[in-house]
Amino acid sequence: MRTDPGRDDKKDIEVRRIDLNPKKEEVLTGRKHNMELSIAAWIFVLLFALLIGRVVFINVFESESLRNNINNTKADSNSENVIRGDIRTLDGTVLATTLVDENGNQTRSYPFDNVFAHVVGYASNGKAGLEAEENYDLLSSHSSLIKQIRAEETGEKVQGDHVIVTLDEKLQQTAYYALGSYSGAVVVMEPDSGRILAMVSKPDFNPNAIGMEWENLVADSSSSVLLNRATQGLYPPGSTFKMITSLAYLRAHPTDYSSFMWNCEGALSEDDVRITCYGDQVHGMEDLASAFSNSCNTAFAHIGLELDNSEFKKTAEDFLFNHSLPTAMQHSQSVFKLTKDSSAGEQMTTAIGQGDTLVTPLHMALVTSAIANGGIMMRPYYVDHIETNDGTVVKQYDPEIYKKVLTPDEAGILTEYMKKTAESGTAAALSGNGYTVAGKTGSAEYEKDGVTGTHSWFCGFAQTTEPHIAIAVIAEDGGTGSSTAVPIAKQILDTFFYG
Amino acid sequence: MNLPDTAVRVFHFAILALMVIYTIQSVTVFGQRRAKDRDRTFALQNIEMFIIHFLGFLILFLKSPQTDLIIFYASTVLYLLFTLLLFRNLYPRASRSLINNMCMLLVIGFIMVTRFSIDQSIKQFEIAAAGTVLALLIPLIVRKLLVLTRMTWGYVFVGIGLLGLVVIAARVTNGAKLSLTVAGFSLQPSEFVKIIFVFAVAGLLSTQHSFRRVVIATVLAALHILILVVSTDLGSALIFFVTYLVMLFVATRNPFLTLIGLFAFCIAAVAAYFLFSHVRVRVQIWMDPFRDYSGTGYQICQSLFAIAAGGWIGTGLCQGSPGAIPYVSQDFMFSAILEELGAVFGICLIIICLAVFMMFINIAMKLGNRFYRLAALGLGTTYATQVFLTIGGGTKLIPMTGVTLPLVSYGGSSVLSTIIMFAIVQGLYMLRGDEVRRELQDPEREARLMAQRMQRYGDAPGRVVRPSQEAAGRGAKPLRPSREAAGRGEKPVRSSETSGRGYDRTSQRSRAGRADAGSVRTGQETRVWRQDHENRSRQGR
Repeated sequence: MRTDPGRDDKKDIEVRRIDLNPKKEEVLTGRKHNMELSIAAWIFVLLFALLIGRVVFINVFESESLRNNINNTKADSNSENVIRGDIRTLDGTVLATTLVDENGNQTRSYPFDNVFAHVVGYASNGKAGLEAEENYDLLSSHSSLIKQIRAEETGEKVQGDHVIVTLDEKLQQTAYYALGSYSGAVVVMEPDSGRILAMVSKPDFNPNAIGMEWENLVADSSSSVLLNRATQGLYPPGSTFKMITSLAYLRAHPTDYSSFMWNCEGALSEDDVRITCYGDQVHGMEDLASAFSNSCNTAFAHIGLELDNSEFKKTAEDFLFNHSLPTAMQHSQSVFKLTKDSSAGEQMTTAIGQGDTLVTPLHMALVTSAIANGGIMMRPYYVDHIETNDGTVVKQYDPEIYKKVLTPDEAGILTEYMKKTAESGTAAALSGNGYTVAGKTGSAEYEKDGVTGTHSWFCGFAQTTEPHIAIAVIAEDGGTGSSTAVPIAKQILDTFFYG
Repeated sequence: MNLPDTAVRVFHFAILALMVIYTIQSVTVFGQRRAKDRDRTFALQNIEMFIIHFLGFLILFLKSPQTDLIIFYASTVLYLLFTLLLFRNLYPRASRSLINNMCMLLVIGFIMVTRFSIDQSIKQFEIAAAGTVLALLIPLIVRKLLVLTRMTWGYVFVGIGLLGLVVIAARVTNGAKLSLTVAGFSLQPSEFVKIIFVFAVAGLLSTQHSFRRVVIATVLAALHILILVVSTDLGSALIFFVTYLVMLFVATRNPFLTLIGLFAFCIAAVAAYFLFSHVRVRVQIWMDPFRDYSGTGYQICQSLFAIAAGGWIGTGLCQGSPGAIPYVSQDFMFSAILEELGAVFGICLIIICLAVFMMFINIAMKLGNRFYRLAALGLGTTYATQVFLTIGGGTKLIPMTGVTLPLVSYGGSSVLSTIIMFAIVQGLYMLRGDEVRRELQDPEREARLMAQRMQRYGDAPGRVVRPSQEAAGRGAKPLRPSREAAGRGEKPVRSSETSGRGYDRTSQRSRAGRADAGSVRTGQETRVWRQDHENRSRQGR
């Protein structure tokens, strides 16, 4: 006699529920009693899936940047089988190459000696610049498999891939010679793409002779020749920072900023801190635009007193102060220290770009580019693509938007102010050359070991209607921005527009 | 010069392919219903393992030919054969899945440790071999010595004593050492206390889980963990913590207690972050290892470089530079494997570890005795947590804690304790067979199991219970549980067996009026159930 087991069971379960006394010990382990075990097991299954996910994630998303990490020396072992690739510009100018003599000895050669020293870097005595950042690609070969196998058979080395950079040889030469004997840096970039066109840092060195001069270069700690000042040099921004102070003011007064009026009497004192205009000038009555183009310190110190510190800080941080820049290049972080409890003196000095604020030239170029580009900050980059010896492109780097850091309206207003500066203000030397410039000068006072001096800054872009080029120049101890940095920028702009 | 290079590359791909096949089999074998199929899979897995072992050592030999390597290879082959055959013959009912995976992990360990240092590998091998001899006895001990389940306080005192000893020894020698040197051997007691701790917690929570008992257990567990934190062994402390929490959850079936535990953990973690600088450093390098690249972040950066260098298929054995990671063969073996054998191999390894854990849980699920059940679960949890911590740490998923990858990393104490752990679980696995077998000899229990089976499978769709003439012939005698049980009245039936804090529900269920249908159906059921059970108990063979 058989009954339907299913129905029978239902009855079973019902009875069982009634009888179930949870306080009693249970020996039998039905499915129900394994629920907690199942939960525990599933949690671990999930955790292990997370591990697998992490391994996959590293391989898909992170491995490239890890391989190219400046500290990663894994690829160096490839140099036994691979000839280090060239570093070239887009028009084919060779910036670094490996020469192989009859005996198979290799030497790294830099045809332009000192001109590209920091940006291209060096590959012996440690590595720096592009040689370090692109080490993995330079020592990898994507030549055809047949070539690789043939090379393996004959014991020959395979030609590594070439790195093609966005740097412009002519602009780089101009910038290099324009900076002359000043210590400092020049960064030239395309505002709408983020491509770096030139990057100069001085004092410089000859990468061809790095082996011989190494001892001296390292021993000389005072001028830090090996440091790429363009990306890692931290300077007080001086008046160039007024671009950001102005923006903070615009944001605090979105409707009535145009009614700003200030009577400059040449000095402003608050809490024992006295701010004077450069060269003890007295600017008289000014609106925001003329205060900007006159680079009037008292007006901006006044703005600094009025601004809400945390709002000011927020604006600065929107522009990536206290943050890493969105780039693979090795760089220093710019510093903006104002806090809620900062004193009036700190507020005033910070507003005019002195105080504890520090910035890299690359960062200033990026800020200028964002204004030029209608508020959109592009990721700065200088590697255009990687190609094999046969010219097949292995990897292409395209312009990438980083973030919209200010509105087009705000960018438009700042551009107007900067235009005025370059037409009739401190950078008036840039007018009347057949191109329109928007810019801001800076004379950043510093004190180091009891000695004071003034760094000469200029940041700007051209044309004002359709910006193709953005420039940041700093000449250490160059005096005012107008006297040194502006003429350097003019030479670069001339080369850019007239060749 | 070039022929070997090509050959090495071919061998490399062969290893990867075999590993993938092995891994797939180690998962699919769980789903195979017929014992014959399973046996075939297990045999194939053994063959694959031996080929991987051979190819691995062949590559090592081609890269640096030395006679020591041949001798060492031969001894490890003998060891593996010995382990596989002996376990199979001494304990025919042992879980073969577990043995296979254990040997596979050991093989990967032998290859990788030898790749770094043959001397270390030989040392490791000696300890593993000694441990295996010990391990052969353990299932017997677990099976025969019921007293093991009643030494709760013994475990507690030995565990806390051993951990405390390390702290005191470290204070005396004025260093943050995690090991004791006994007769020339450096032992890391926390590796062994892990097992003892699981037994202690199982003992505390298996008999009762009143509020008082839970408090006692929690205080004792916290004591263990505190000592480990003080001796800066954060990895072990975390393992102990997770193990305790999981065991507590399963024992009390109270998710709130577990949530409170997790909450307490969060508070403790935050407190530890602010109290101990070494905790802070670990977290900081986890968030941005490159900030202090040449200092504290160096190890994890090198680990990440190694993983990136390996890619999906790896650079090939001896062709990467995982040696750049400090303490690679102890704490970062997984990163070394990812560099030289690739991410595909690494993922397979994770899955094998998971298969081991699932087997542990599987065994726990089938055990009736609460103590054994909790012990199996606890051991599985320590294993899985350790795997998660070391792999997660090496890949920067979580802050690194510096624990070994069981059986694969270099570390005598770790290998020894893991082999012991596997052996204990094997013992429990066979015990589960015993429980069932004893129940079969006991008509009451048989009836009860039968009823339980009905409850478990009766409602499974598509499962037809076929009556068989043969079944009756073979003497699956019809039982009348209802009448027997009814005779005992309301009282729960105490079984004669070890785990017999039993509460016989069949007796009550029978009162619900199933007596009439009982005899015929139960007879058939028993038969079918037996067949099923026989299949199941062969699972491990």
